[in-house]
Amino acid sequence: MRTHRFFAALLLALGLIQLPPAARGSDLVTSFTLDNGMEVVVIEDHRAPVVVHMVWYRAGAADEPAGASGVAHFLEHLLFKGTDNMAPGELSRVVAENGGTDNAFTSQDYTAYFQRVAADRLGLMMQMEADRMVNLRLGPEDIATERDVIIEERNQRTENSPGGLFAEQRDAALYLHHPYGTPVIGWRHEMEALSLEDALAYYSRYYAPNNAILIVAGDATPEEVRALAQTHYGPIPPNPELSPRARVAEPPHMAERRLIFRDDRVAQPYVMRSYLAPERDPGDQTEAAALTLLAELLGGDGITSYMARKLQFETQTAVYTAAFYRGTSLDDTSFGFIVVPAEGVSLDAAEEALERVMADFLTEGVDAEALARLKRQIHASTIYERDNVQSLANSYGRGLTSGLTLEDIQAWPDILQAVTAEDILAAARRLWTPERSVTGHITNAEDPAL
Amino acid sequence: MSPLSPLRTAPRAALWLAAACLTLLMLAAPARAETEITEVTSPGGLTAWLVEEPSIPFLALEIRFKGGASLDAPGKRGAINLMTGLLEEGAGGRDARAFNEAREDLAASFGFRAYDDSLAISAKMLTENRAEALALLRDALIDPRFDQDAIDRVRAQVMANIRSDARDPDAIASATFNRLAFGDHPYATDRTGTAETVAALTREDLLAAKDRVMARDRIYISAVGDVTAEELGPLLDDLLGDLPATGAPLPGPAPINLTGGTTVVDFATPQSVVLFGHEGMTRDDPDFFAAYLLNTILGGSGFNARLMTEVREKRGLTYGVYAYLVPKDHAALYLGSVSSANDRVAEAIEVIRDVWADTAQNGVTAEELTAAKTYLTGAYPLRFDGNGPIADILVGMQMDDLPIDYAATRNARVNAVTLEEVNRIAARLLRPEALHFVVVGQPDGLM
Repeated sequence: MRTHRFFAALLLALGLIQLPPAARGSDLVTSFTLDNGMEVVVIEDHRAPVVVHMVWYRAGAADEPAGASGVAHFLEHLLFKGTDNMAPGELSRVVAENGGTDNAFTSQDYTAYFQRVAADRLGLMMQMEADRMVNLRLGPEDIATERDVIIEERNQRTENSPGGLFAEQRDAALYLHHPYGTPVIGWRHEMEALSLEDALAYYSRYYAPNNAILIVAGDATPEEVRALAQTHYGPIPPNPELSPRARVAEPPHMAERRLIFRDDRVAQPYVMRSYLAPERDPGDQTEAAALTLLAELLGGDGITSYMARKLQFETQTAVYTAAFYRGTSLDDTSFGFIVVPAEGVSLDAAEEALERVMADFLTEGVDAEALARLKRQIHASTIYERDNVQSLANSYGRGLTSGLTLEDIQAWPDILQAVTAEDILAAARRLWTPERSVTGHITNAEDPAL
Repeated sequence: MSPLSPLRTAPRAALWLAAACLTLLMLAAPARAETEITEVTSPGGLTAWLVEEPSIPFLALEIRFKGGASLDAPGKRGAINLMTGLLEEGAGGRDARAFNEAREDLAASFGFRAYDDSLAISAKMLTENRAEALALLRDALIDPRFDQDAIDRVRAQVMANIRSDARDPDAIASATFNRLAFGDHPYATDRTGTAETVAALTREDLLAAKDRVMARDRIYISAVGDVTAEELGPLLDDLLGDLPATGAPLPGPAPINLTGGTTVVDFATPQSVVLFGHEGMTRDDPDFFAAYLLNTILGGSGFNARLMTEVREKRGLTYGVYAYLVPKDHAALYLGSVSSANDRVAEAIEVIRDVWADTAQNGVTAEELTAAKTYLTGAYPLRFDGNGPIADILVGMQMDDLPIDYAATRNARVNAVTLEEVNRIAARLLRPEALHFVVVGQPDGLM
């Protein structure tokens, strides 16, 4: 059984999917830049008269000023309030009246807004999205009520979830200085103090065409998109004060970190370990490619992976194992493991078993057949992904807001294919040093077997 | 670093609610303007709905067995769920690892899920190795091994789930609501089973469970992608022809034993999770479209729905509040969910009750109905946006007993509903005094 409730929830929390989309589709993709600096990507799929219209800002939670954690996400909520030209809620109402759906999402590195709608409504979507890029109008009552909403969102995602709280504590320990150690939704005490001024300061600094990427995926031609984009986004002046994204850098990591998180609501204890890891860099993605394949080989599939074989098949140490790595990130990311021990196996024993598996993998080397299977799947994913241009659009959006170029994104499948067994082992050896790691145990207060 | 969104989150009410949402999506089965749905009958007598889409070289196949986990034999709760989890854990000459290595070699994906009313199989395979992928899938469906080591391994995973659910407020709310609602019907208990029933399941129980549910007399099939009608029939006979002809009888109608009121489950967590509802409307009711429009206005997921406006937008009491018609095969419910901090949840419940009562008494406005119709009819074609989603919709239409030309008539049916009909249904369907609220948490003023 590959997925079920509890573990599926964990996977979601980790942001995992089975195989990261290879995101080539290069024959479907056209790009250009407007005079005001707004980058445009068009992904064509003419099978159905539908488009996804997205605007991605190169600004996320990690770009917030210190002390205002959560403001990027708060502002994302507030963008559904009124503008000089639209009443509060009008944008969503107009989208719905046109049979569309709309939403937005915020991460450490980006904030994105999108609508899915009939292809002939694309211009209307652009008109409204362009309007709220610069004409947002907020009042004090918007702030008070919507702040309550994001606090309830934090309650739902984090306070009510021991796994969510544990993840926050692990990230905070993994990053000694960099803002990735602060949760995207914000620390509760800072969320409670977020003000209109905080939101507007973030808005005026980052919401501008020269900090935005327009992605249109579906039944639209590049010519149509260019004409509409020039009409609606073209007149917005760039923000001349926009400076390059620069976050504080991590100091050297010199101490292995260990956490024990106890919560009475935990019914199934588990252990996680994360390593601070390099991300995909423009023009330099080979290390990230090796780490991507390493994570897949070790713990990508719940039945065929190396961890599953060692810990679930050859021994009954664990009921669930996984390895994860998210290479698409502006700054240093993490590579990690989870082991959910079998009944009667302590968290210490599970952690020791994990360390043995890592050591054995380095000794035994990469199974050539497993690597070949993985590469065949990566190749096939470039076929399957053509069926879902929204997912392809998301890949491009994440890549471009993480500092990659279009060429980097399109080269990625070939870079993955070129990775050798030796590359994978070398990357593992470089990564797995105790000083870069955080190991966390999550359990309930009564668990004597810590 | 997971993305956060203001609206995107689905209500976190438990799993069978998720299944209920699927039903709603299926209801709104759309049509790409140029989509041609063909009914194909195989030489062996299997019927499937097909959309030929040769532009991408792969095939999406959706197979459903009606009855699902509700066909568990007495005392064997959880058998069908465990059996379904084992279909990919070894078949024919291959053990679990060999089976999945073969699948990965072919870059095929197979999904096996048990729901309350169906067992669902979703497969995607490349044109270049379709025959091999189908042969592998056939092994899983016809000749699964149920090796003892695999049974023990997957059983341990299910047990971990059961333990987790016992401490999860969403799962507790759902289990409590079902227990209160459904008497001694299978719906009253979780399809995963209990620690006791799952521990006792044997290989023989799993073989018997398979034959109860995976039979040709209750099968529904759709295929979308790079395949022709001529190819599809024989392909389906090879894949499914050796299943038993008949399975176990479907369970009868479920009672709905709910009365108005509130049940609080004391659980130490900062935000109370609430599941609420009363009796709903069956899918074949002639007024179902009126009810569906009513619910879009009352409890839909848009910011402009009444519950969302009153509870979230005006008062900031929650991140999301939703209501859904849940026409299960053997009982129809009208459900909703909300979560709110322990010191605010009583107010959220009061507002929901007020909105329910106001809508029952005063109905909806002509403007709201027009907006809901525009939304539903406009959103309709957008759902046909990929081979996998289309296959899913087509199999759902068949299970709901809809005609093959349903897609072409559906928007006209939506538009034909009048304000008088919606408000008549609102007065009949919405019964604020009958709403039962299950609250898991430590809600102020409710304990």
